[in-house]
Amino acid sequence: MTESPTRSAADQPGADDRSASADKYGRQASTGFTLSGALRENEAHDHPSGPDLGGGGGGLPPRRRGFEPLFRFFTTGAGILVLVIIVAIAAFLITKAIPALSANKANFFTYEQWFPNDPSNPRFGIAALAYGTLLTAVIALILAVPVALGIALFLSHYAPRRIATGLGFVIDLLAAVPSVIFGLWGRDYLAGPIGDLSAWLHQYVGWLPLFGSGGPYGNSILLGSVVLAIMVLPITTALCRDVFVQTPTQNEEAALALGATRWEMIRTAVLPYGKPGVIAAVMLGLGRALGETIALAMTLGATFGVSVDIIHTGGNSIAANIANAFGEANETGRGALIASGLVLFAITLIVNVTARAIIYRRREFAGGTS
Amino acid sequence: MKLQRHGAIAALAITATLAMAACGSDNTGSGDSKAAAKAPSTDCAKGSLTSQGSTAQKNAMDQWIKAYQQKCSGAQITYDGTGSGAGVQAFTSGTADFAGSDSALKDGAEQTGADKRCKGGEALDLPMVTGPIAVVYNIGDVKGLQFKPATLAKIFAGKIKTWNDPAIKADNPSAKLPSTPIQPVHRADASGTSDNFTKYLSKTAAADWTYDHAKEWKAPGGVAAKGSDGVSAKVKSTAGTIAYDEWSYATTNGLNMAKIYNGAGAYTELTAEAAGKTVDGAKVVGQGDNLKLDIDYNTKVAGAYPIVLVTYEIACSKGNAADKLPLLKSFLTYVSSDDGQAALTSQGYAPLPKSVQTKVQAAVKGLA
Repeated sequence: MTESPTRSAADQPGADDRSASADKYGRQASTGFTLSGALRENEAHDHPSGPDLGGGGGGLPPRRRGFEPLFRFFTTGAGILVLVIIVAIAAFLITKAIPALSANKANFFTYEQWFPNDPSNPRFGIAALAYGTLLTAVIALILAVPVALGIALFLSHYAPRRIATGLGFVIDLLAAVPSVIFGLWGRDYLAGPIGDLSAWLHQYVGWLPLFGSGGPYGNSILLGSVVLAIMVLPITTALCRDVFVQTPTQNEEAALALGATRWEMIRTAVLPYGKPGVIAAVMLGLGRALGETIALAMTLGATFGVSVDIIHTGGNSIAANIANAFGEANETGRGALIASGLVLFAITLIVNVTARAIIYRRREFAGGTS
Repeated sequence: MKLQRHGAIAALAITATLAMAACGSDNTGSGDSKAAAKAPSTDCAKGSLTSQGSTAQKNAMDQWIKAYQQKCSGAQITYDGTGSGAGVQAFTSGTADFAGSDSALKDGAEQTGADKRCKGGEALDLPMVTGPIAVVYNIGDVKGLQFKPATLAKIFAGKIKTWNDPAIKADNPSAKLPSTPIQPVHRADASGTSDNFTKYLSKTAAADWTYDHAKEWKAPGGVAAKGSDGVSAKVKSTAGTIAYDEWSYATTNGLNMAKIYNGAGAYTELTAEAAGKTVDGAKVVGQGDNLKLDIDYNTKVAGAYPIVLVTYEIACSKGNAADKLPLLKSFLTYVSSDDGQAALTSQGYAPLPKSVQTKVQAAVKGLA
């Protein structure tokens, strides 16, 4: 972008004023493509004797064409690179996983245990791990999203501006805390209170299968989910806030003018407008929750098994199991872990594609009615 | 604004304090090693070595490397606690000059794969670090517990569920045991400590322990925690727990350690000598310089503490790179020397028995 004004200055040594102004415009235009384009149009009008000026094939219209393909090539290349990386990752995972999968003596999709390092009888399955991954992520979102929405609405529509800025900053800070800190905190501090909460839940709502366990409590799916919820809170909150802030003022004022209370205004103007953004924010949070490794490795009880009970110690996730088992794994063990990584890859892909589809449909819908 | 500036100053102060605290702890660490600093009686060599593997011997390695480098200024040695599996893998692929492993190379693909790396030689298992595994528990005020292997096996297999179970009472006639449930804690991550502990259970209580031995915990139930520190933290914070952990973690966390019933028919407290007596009885089962140790967990030696772990260094007998060999030999010579072994007792390990030590020293001398 900045390239064009400097070059035009070099091309036109006589036009000092113009080159200076072009420089100024060019810098201003660096945020928008149209302005610099218009500028070049003007220059072309001022010098109809284009071929003369553009000696050596560097005339203004050809130069524009020369830059366009270059830029196009660059962006296309970047786009293709992403695809290449994704395909390369998939290919790597698949080639490394196949030997282990063929050595597996159990059904990879239904077996719940993980013993790939037994040289004579490697058995491992993804069922318990995939279940634990999805369960912790979903519970984390159930806990985090309402709070995130509340914080975001408070920051965008209720809080005084100064407080909102400060609080927003604090929320962003929360996103910068390394996950191992959350893990340590969950393991050393939160496990006790969560254990007490589990006992309480079991006593009063123990008829729900979710809270059916009589103990021991502590390092459970619930603990992992609560830690995860705190970890996905910042990103979800920040995105939701940004979306809510962008609600058109006319819509809000129209709602208020019609006699709506603050809450009714939010319900009728802000939330419908922000829906696609909120869904995107939730999906990003889900992505983070699915891939979280060390915090879950430290807080989950690392047992294998599929159970609806979330308060009994135990639970495991794909990423946490990789962190736990990789160091001592042999050849087959590593292959098995990579195979589990492949499953996580597929789950994340499905989640992202679904999110895209939802956002795309919603956006069209919103565009049609407005 | 002012508040922010104060905040910044406070943050700086905290950072500085932390940095100083970090230095402080490092200093105390090297204070220990000063006793061992005179240790390297061997010739120094220059160069650099990279190694990785078992986390169980990480503390021992750190201690040795510190002591060796204090004596020999031109030597640069690193040891990463990546895990035994990763260490063997790195050794086999040639990225590590030697590896630390909680188990000897398994005959078959693992041994032949590692042998390929050693041109004209073979990959040797050299036992270097032995250490006791403590059985730790937390039942509030109850102290001085002791266990027979069968009782331990039943507890960790989930067959005994409460502390006042008759089997535990039989081992501890005078203890006031509560009726609370037992929470056996095991390692969440695959580890050599689990492997050695389950090996002990499978050898001493075969009738009650049917899960063989493995780095992964195979028994159902129980509570898992990640890493030795995770296990000790869990036991420390939760009443009703019992766990196995490396000795050093048990002592630094001030946990109650149980006496264990040995093959000689007595409950034995964990001490360095008691653990050394069990290692003393170990037999070498490898061929030539390949020194795989077979520990007799049922040892009849009086006063022996039977639950110990052995970790190995894996190195090439021949085919070591010319620029690495002098340092490798020199370092391993120090490690297997009396001084090197004695330096470990303060870290919660036990020295190698004499009979094994001389064989290891001979094997190190033969490295080429």
